[in-house]
Amino acid sequence: MSAASTTVDTARGRPAEAVIGWIRRNAWTLGLIAFFFVLLGFTRVIQPTYGVTGIQGLAISVLPLALAAVAQAVVVIAGGIDLSLGSMMALTSVVAASQMMGKTEEFGVVVVIGVLLLGLLLGAINGSLVVLTRVPDIVVTLAMAYVWAGCALLVLRTPGGGSAKWLRDLVLGSFGNEWIPKAAVVLIVIVAVIWLPIRRSRLGLSLFAIGSNQLAAFRSFVSVGRTKVVAYMLGGLFAALAGLSLTASTGIGTPVPGPYTLLSVAAVVLGGVSLAGGRGGLVGPIVAVMILSLIRTDMTFLNLNTNLATVAQGVILIAVVMFGTLIQLRRERA
Amino acid sequence: MTVATDVLLEATGVAKTYGAVVALRDASLAVRPGEVHALMGANGAGKSTLVKILTAAIQPDHGSITVRGKPWVARSPAEARRGGIISVYQEPALIPDLDIRANLRLTSTPIEPFRHWLAELGLTDLDLSDLARDVPLASLRIIDLARALAIEPAVLMLDEMTAALPANLTERVLEVVGRQRQSERAVIFISHRMIEIAAVCDRATVLREGATVGVVDVTPGSEDRIVELMLGEIVQGMSATDQRAAGTEGRAATPRLSVRNIAEGTKLHDVSFDLYQGEVLGVVALEGQGQDELFDVLAGSVRPEGGQLLVDGTVVSFRHPADAIRAGLVYVAADRAEALLMQRSVRENIALPFSARIGQWGPINLSDERTKVNGAITTLQIDTRAAREVRRLSGGNQQKVTIARWVAGGVKTMLCFDPTRGIDIRTKNQIYLLLRELAAAGASVLLYTSELKEVQLACDRAIVIFGGRVVAEIDAADADEPTLLRAAYNLRSGEVLPEDIAAEFVASSADEANAEPVATEPPPSSPEPDR
Amino acid sequence: MSAAESTPARNPYLTAAGWRLLFRDRPMIPLLVLLGVLVVASEVARPGIVSVGWAGTILRAAVPLAILAGCQTIAMLTGGIDLSVGAVASMSGFLLATLVGGQGLLGGIVIAIVIAALAGLVTGVGVGVFRVHPLIMTLGMSLVVLGLANVWQIVMVQTGGGVPPSLRQLGTGTLFGFIPYTFAVFLPLAALILLGLRRTGYGRMLYAIGDNPVAARLAGARAWQVLIVLYVISAILAAIAGFLISGLTNVASVTLADSYVLPSVAAAVIGGTSIMGGRGGYGGTIVGALILTVISALLTSLGYPEAVRQVLYGAIIVIVAAAYTRVTGET
Repeated sequence: MSAASTTVDTARGRPAEAVIGWIRRNAWTLGLIAFFFVLLGFTRVIQPTYGVTGIQGLAISVLPLALAAVAQAVVVIAGGIDLSLGSMMALTSVVAASQMMGKTEEFGVVVVIGVLLLGLLLGAINGSLVVLTRVPDIVVTLAMAYVWAGCALLVLRTPGGGSAKWLRDLVLGSFGNEWIPKAAVVLIVIVAVIWLPIRRSRLGLSLFAIGSNQLAAFRSFVSVGRTKVVAYMLGGLFAALAGLSLTASTGIGTPVPGPYTLLSVAAVVLGGVSLAGGRGGLVGPIVAVMILSLIRTDMTFLNLNTNLATVAQGVILIAVVMFGTLIQLRRERA
Repeated sequence: MTVATDVLLEATGVAKTYGAVVALRDASLAVRPGEVHALMGANGAGKSTLVKILTAAIQPDHGSITVRGKPWVARSPAEARRGGIISVYQEPALIPDLDIRANLRLTSTPIEPFRHWLAELGLTDLDLSDLARDVPLASLRIIDLARALAIEPAVLMLDEMTAALPANLTERVLEVVGRQRQSERAVIFISHRMIEIAAVCDRATVLREGATVGVVDVTPGSEDRIVELMLGEIVQGMSATDQRAAGTEGRAATPRLSVRNIAEGTKLHDVSFDLYQGEVLGVVALEGQGQDELFDVLAGSVRPEGGQLLVDGTVVSFRHPADAIRAGLVYVAADRAEALLMQRSVRENIALPFSARIGQWGPINLSDERTKVNGAITTLQIDTRAAREVRRLSGGNQQKVTIARWVAGGVKTMLCFDPTRGIDIRTKNQIYLLLRELAAAGASVLLYTSELKEVQLACDRAIVIFGGRVVAEIDAADADEPTLLRAAYNLRSGEVLPEDIAAEFVASSADEANAEPVATEPPPSSPEPDR
Repeated sequence: MSAAESTPARNPYLTAAGWRLLFRDRPMIPLLVLLGVLVVASEVARPGIVSVGWAGTILRAAVPLAILAGCQTIAMLTGGIDLSVGAVASMSGFLLATLVGGQGLLGGIVIAIVIAALAGLVTGVGVGVFRVHPLIMTLGMSLVVLGLANVWQIVMVQTGGGVPPSLRQLGTGTLFGFIPYTFAVFLPLAALILLGLRRTGYGRMLYAIGDNPVAARLAGARAWQVLIVLYVISAILAAIAGFLISGLTNVASVTLADSYVLPSVAAAVIGGTSIMGGRGGYGGTIVGALILTVISALLTSLGYPEAVRQVLYGAIIVIVAAAYTRVTGET
């Protein structure tokens, strides 16, 4: 028995067990995806006309929140939280809308690149303030939520501006097969292009490391402060993308932040990202956003009060966190 | 003396203070290439601080460090590692939420050498895609070591490397460490187990109270010399023994507290003893022999996995510290950060237990509180010039506040866990005297101390714990430091070989380690070493 | 022996480093100075604006904010936060407006407070017993409360506007032109919070579990009890604030108090309450609420848009929080 630890069992070279291990590790996300499809089927049953348009509408309507959830997930994985997401989205959205208004299509490209850089800058400011002032993330980003929202109002006092046509075309409609909404493709491409290379790199591992255990990360030669700033910069970048998607899908910029900050936190938690940091991925939060949106749709179809959907969101959020805490408590006691 | 060129790593005059606490005063260390060098010292002597300074995890206040004769400047562990100096810490440095492969990539560890060392160390069947949090502690430590060896460091520091390892793994580790001699590398080896020092080390540097007090060639019989250096001159300070209760005849028939076969976690296996009214019972143990768990159980923080507690002859079961307090058992922690509200005032800290229960949440009777608090402040002679925030007090005064909290409310049984750690000699003496006074007034005191001389200063008798079991009970009159230290290392006139108990202890702790929720694999069977 | 209360003979605050000490030990003084500076700045910017009527407007606007900031203060002392105050306050105000016709003013108030307390109880159980992060728990509760209030709105088929006249008078009226009637509610509440924090065992426990939960536990405290009571108190305070806001604005809607949530956190942070717990008090929070209100009024009077006010709000919070961390964070 004493030598038990020397023979930790292995799955190496046994693909079946590797697959099982992978499934177990991603059980929550896979469960969410399964639930999403069940929900889709249910939607189809209660509303037989739900089809291509429904899917497209779903994809377009969830795109901004999905990107916001991705932004929040990156920051939360690194052990932080960004309550200024909604404001950053508003700011980047109005900057894009005001600059693209009445300009050429080509200039729109310049604007988009500029807005993405702006997102990186906003995130860098958030992250640097968190690291340098040592004020808790919640307070700093809460305060910066005011600052960015104020800046957004300075850029555009009322909803307005415009969007380059190519940007609008990017998210509206479908791609080849009418069952594949462009918005979904855009989301997948964005996440794949930005996150996958990082996820696999030393930087990505460092993000998980500082969220998981700062001391162990420090002893694993990770520069904790610098990595945290990078996490917030990535959050800012995704927030800028979310802001652009707002402009693209509505054609204007709105200077008042939507409910995205708090909903992104909810989606992140539902998506299986631990608020304590270090655990989770980006797929879970995205699926969680789609589920939340679909629940709302279903409630309309069922002629239920849509406000009950808000209640449901809150109850689900609390229940999931309680469930997670209970499991963790039981594991600690065992 | 060695010639300068013959030294691989040399540190001289290293000092480090944390606020009021002096961690290192004047530490020096010279390590030659191709040697295994033991770093020895009692609890709190500064070993871990020195290791952290050498790996640049913290920066020293004073002192110089040279490597191969050249000044050594590293500002981060990463820089130290690039310079070939690396440490394996007591807590594994693996990221719990990443799998082993990702942990290796995070630290840019070459994978083939890692596998090689893993095999050398006897951990042959590790799945690199397991999350670090699912791997048993013993395996994590081996992984940590293999990861350090894989980058071929010039100087490798092992801080209590063998503490959580089962016997067979310990053997492999010692063998691998010994083989490092053949290269031009050096290993700095920290361990509390003399037998390992004797087996694997060439020389030993001994630290005492933050300063290097000697370098010893490790030869058969050098243990006594090391113990002597660790102890230093035996201070014939103020003795509290004259106030001691007159032997056992005054004892009540029922012990105030009876501990019966208590077991908890991986370190505490089977501890029994009685604590009588009016006595101070010392507990002596090296670091990590189960004393932390014992006090956690007695204070009600942790429910034991086995055994029984009796207070005044009645069986009790504590679900929360409040239960222990109601039974009259109050706990004074060594770690003042665990006991104090650092941002609050002295008064609030002392009055803290007064409003803990829900029935005490109403308005505070200020004059009554002031009387009690000021009484305790006077009794303990607390310097209240910086009373607004406890964290601004000196360490000694802080510790007095944690004791005053219980004195103010009247105390029946006080559990003191190393209450004099890191505080000045005058305050220490005041605390010993106070404990004696409490005992004289009819209270019972259980005193774990890492300073062996306190046993004769403050206690009536002492029990010695090793490997989670009581291995000796010594009357205060006989409890001089050499006796206690030998007992603590479980060295007894050559009859009982420490490795028996050590092996037994580590083997059972390995069981516990494996009992942790490991993935789903059934625990693989393996031959148990015959006992 | 009164050494615990003794003050040094020489004033140590007059040295260079003394300013840091002052900030650390008596944050009220610099806060009051800041408030004074802002009042003077208002007068300089718009000569003649500072008047009795102006003071009345400021105080009237600051009262609901100060009450909601009281919720944040007590929650933050334990290391928590209560983001559900907005939803609970709006719900209570709305509920009162819909119930006052059938149940009378007193009945409506009692029912609304009981329902708010129930919401607080659920929050407290979630945070205290199930150890859900307060941010998530209160966020989730605000979704639940908002949704249920919306449902109620549709059930009643009665939108806002039913604010009882007596409440309207309470919310808008002033005595001698500058003492708002709401002080009749606010002053006793403030006294209760101030004394409760300093002079009751429960107040001590709030500080204790926020400063060091391990030490509190070792001293025999059970944090879950403290937390449940805390969130119930917070919800009741929020409900009272909700009545006053609907009286002040003559509106009863389910999102009425949402815009108060972040300022309430800001007022507590500016007032010197640490979000990490264990440090702060209600006195600073009240001044913090006044500071925010004066800034807001000053910027409005200067004709600056809402935008500038928000940017300034944010900047002030970061700067003040960083300053507190700097002077209190070391050893």
